[in-house]
Amino acid sequence: MSVRDQKATPGWLGAIPAVWLAVLFLVPFAIMLSVSVAHRVPGGFFEPGFELTSYARLFTPFFGRILLTSILIAAGAALICVALAFPFTVILAGMRRRAQTLVLVILLAVLSLSEVIIGFSLSTLLSRTAGVGNLFAWIGLIETSQAYTPGLFALMAGLCYLGFPYAVLVLYPPVSRLDPELGEAARSMGASPLRAFLSVTVPVLRAPILGALILVFVFTLGAYLLPQILGRPRHWTLSVHITDQAIFQSNLPFAAAMAIVLLIVALAMVGLALLLGREREGRA
Amino acid sequence: MTELTLRGLTKRFGATTAVEDVTLDIPNGRFVCLLGPSGCGKTTLLRLIAGLEEPSAGQILVAGQDQTRVPTHRRDFGMVFQSLALFPHLTVAENIAYPLAIRGVDRATRRRRAAELLELVRLPDVGDRRIHQLSGGQRQRVAIARGLAIDPRVFLLDEPLSALDANLREHMQVELRQLQQRLGVTTLVVTHDQKEALTMADMLIVMDQGRVQQTGAPMEIYRDPANAFVAGFIGSTNLLPCRLAGRQIRVAGTTLDLAEGDRVKSADGDAVLSVRPEDVRFAETGLPARVTFIRDLGESVQIVLDLEGREVSAVFTPRDRPEVGLGDTVHLTFEPGRRVVLAP
Amino acid sequence: MRPLGPFYILVILALLAAPLVVVTGVSLNSAQSLRFPPQDLSLRWYAALFQQADWMGPLRNSVAIAALASLLAVAVALPLALHVWARGGWLGRALYTLGVAPFMLPPVITALGFLVFWVSLGMYGQMTATVVSHAVFLVTLPLVTISLGLQAVDPALIEAARVMGATRAKVLRTVVLPLILPYMISGYAFAFVLSLNEYIIAYMVAGFTVETLPIKIFNSLRYGYTPIMGVVSVLFVVIAVVVFGLIGRFGNLPRLLGAERMRE
Repeated sequence: MSVRDQKATPGWLGAIPAVWLAVLFLVPFAIMLSVSVAHRVPGGFFEPGFELTSYARLFTPFFGRILLTSILIAAGAALICVALAFPFTVILAGMRRRAQTLVLVILLAVLSLSEVIIGFSLSTLLSRTAGVGNLFAWIGLIETSQAYTPGLFALMAGLCYLGFPYAVLVLYPPVSRLDPELGEAARSMGASPLRAFLSVTVPVLRAPILGALILVFVFTLGAYLLPQILGRPRHWTLSVHITDQAIFQSNLPFAAAMAIVLLIVALAMVGLALLLGREREGRA
Repeated sequence: MTELTLRGLTKRFGATTAVEDVTLDIPNGRFVCLLGPSGCGKTTLLRLIAGLEEPSAGQILVAGQDQTRVPTHRRDFGMVFQSLALFPHLTVAENIAYPLAIRGVDRATRRRRAAELLELVRLPDVGDRRIHQLSGGQRQRVAIARGLAIDPRVFLLDEPLSALDANLREHMQVELRQLQQRLGVTTLVVTHDQKEALTMADMLIVMDQGRVQQTGAPMEIYRDPANAFVAGFIGSTNLLPCRLAGRQIRVAGTTLDLAEGDRVKSADGDAVLSVRPEDVRFAETGLPARVTFIRDLGESVQIVLDLEGREVSAVFTPRDRPEVGLGDTVHLTFEPGRRVVLAP
Repeated sequence: MRPLGPFYILVILALLAAPLVVVTGVSLNSAQSLRFPPQDLSLRWYAALFQQADWMGPLRNSVAIAALASLLAVAVALPLALHVWARGGWLGRALYTLGVAPFMLPPVITALGFLVFWVSLGMYGQMTATVVSHAVFLVTLPLVTISLGLQAVDPALIEAARVMGATRAKVLRTVVLPLILPYMISGYAFAFVLSLNEYIIAYMVAGFTVETLPIKIFNSLRYGYTPIMGVVSVLFVVIAVVVFGLIGRFGNLPRLLGAERMRE
């Protein structure tokens, strides 16, 4: 072995994860792709073949409505999350390290909570017997306590609860790397704190904000349990329908076709987000 | 007329005191350098003046008016930041005109003013460029132009030249000083580089451990340092322990009479004698010392000597360079009238 | 802004805490009802969680799956991160992308992929399938933390060890691994907490045979509420806070999450 070739790890080391991920991540996707064009056997699973029947079903109004619902709900949640999370992150990044750590611990804890638990907690909070309805009735805002779940409001609240910590954590690196002197410079030149925020902080971080919007969109697009717990059937998103088709309708080919479409949408969006991130680094 | 007045200004961060009881008067139109080692509180003091930090105690007055509780953006100051803090999303001209835009100045005036300022910092024709297209020196000038855009009452600069390489830095020091003289704006520069301070300032504020150690004209401080810290920090000096008794001092076993012009800032007893290297001379009689090192820099010669276990440095011009070699024993005298006796 | 900033943070944190406070209250009811504020404070449902077999089973499953899957995830992430760090290249980039991909995509896609995969292998419904699926899904977390740790290793340390006669394996074992051990532990902890909370993959791969706590809660949601669901939620919140709190206490959480400049 020559001196120059002395890398810190042996070459074969990369083979372990390569084989592992190829077999357990790429192969399942390949199988899924083949299932999406397989022939469905009603009542059973499917038999191998090549037909585009499942994809053809994607061009029906039924599927169009699901896709539109999913996109609108996820986009709405992403907008609210980022709008709330951006000022939050800017303030957070300016705090002392101990305080920052504390807030980050809380955010991580909330972020890691299962959708089931978030759904259960919010449905309790919005319920008639144990929730804000009680509180509102008690302070006299409304006559008698009422439930705010299920419904679009409850669903959006849930998705924002799910997406908010994620949005903060996506925004946190670029925001915390922003030179604090930029904002101070604006203030030294006569900009009020709000003006400095709007005329300097927001435009400088335009690309990361857009990137965060996309990533939170993809993240909430993946919500599966919240639409079932907090929403009504017409709020069911693509994720719910995929599972429904796969498990309860036993139509794996159609589920796979929907998953492939979702995959393409998600990949395109994530790619766009990464591209935005790269452009920002290129300019800096 | 006094432009900037600080009264008992103090800033504490938790248990540490960054700036302690600073009281100062800065007359109008002065170029002031805040000088001190890193961590001495000079940047905090500048940020207190700018309103970026809130003082724990004390007052800041500008032209006699209390500004202590006035938020930064209403102080009408100009500031150049250490990182320059130029906005990457704006062009050069937009950066310079930013404080004008904030004040609702119309577009045409803004454009004219930006062009004027670019002319002033000798950078015409770059107004439409982006910040990342400029070199380090150019960015420096843009930051200075931006700080001057509103004819600030006080112009603050935080280590403004620290990112530049040595040649460019010396050049910018002269240029900044000339610009300030032309405009007459009261200017405060934070620096840790004493050469930079001596080049630019007509008033020095020397800080250490959060306190102002001495204030005055550069040469006055150089000649007449208030204490051993200032003597060592402004220029280089030899500090020798001595005993003071009336107008006599005893150094390294020899008694010397103090002369007219020598300054005494210590009570009788143990003291420290400060002698600048250029005031150390060789003579027929005097304190015996041995040559341990000779550093020939061309424009000057430094000779390092051992005086009873203490290191003493002497500097000569090439013209009066003594003919000595390593290991030679010579006799030292200290130039009468230029010696300073300080408290230990 | 100065007084307004912390106020905004506190309001948001209060909103995030509100549902959890209510659930904690609910879990303290003594009757089998969801009332808030709770009536007749009692810890009986906390005891019930550890006594009732239909909750104990899922609890055991969840902990076993999380412990094993996270271990497996770290075991794969470590060589991956080392390879990318030491060698880079197109293979390194491709592997890294593959490693973070499961986490970036809507999990239902990955879940369906695993479903068809395990069905094809005839392992559908086995706990092994859940463990391996979680390990692949969660490999992103230790991969990111270990990579961060490796970036912080000064190359001069490795060269110094070399000069002093350490072989490649010795350098890895005596210099690199001890330096990145904290990052491996945080990666394990992150993966553990997320595996514990994961629903859809566990459900799709073996939902009917290997019940985990999230699956159990969701199933119970359909057949009527019980305060035990609140108990489990409280338990999960506590675990997450303790784990991330420990990382925050002993590690540099802001740096782990991507901050570079930091005001002390």
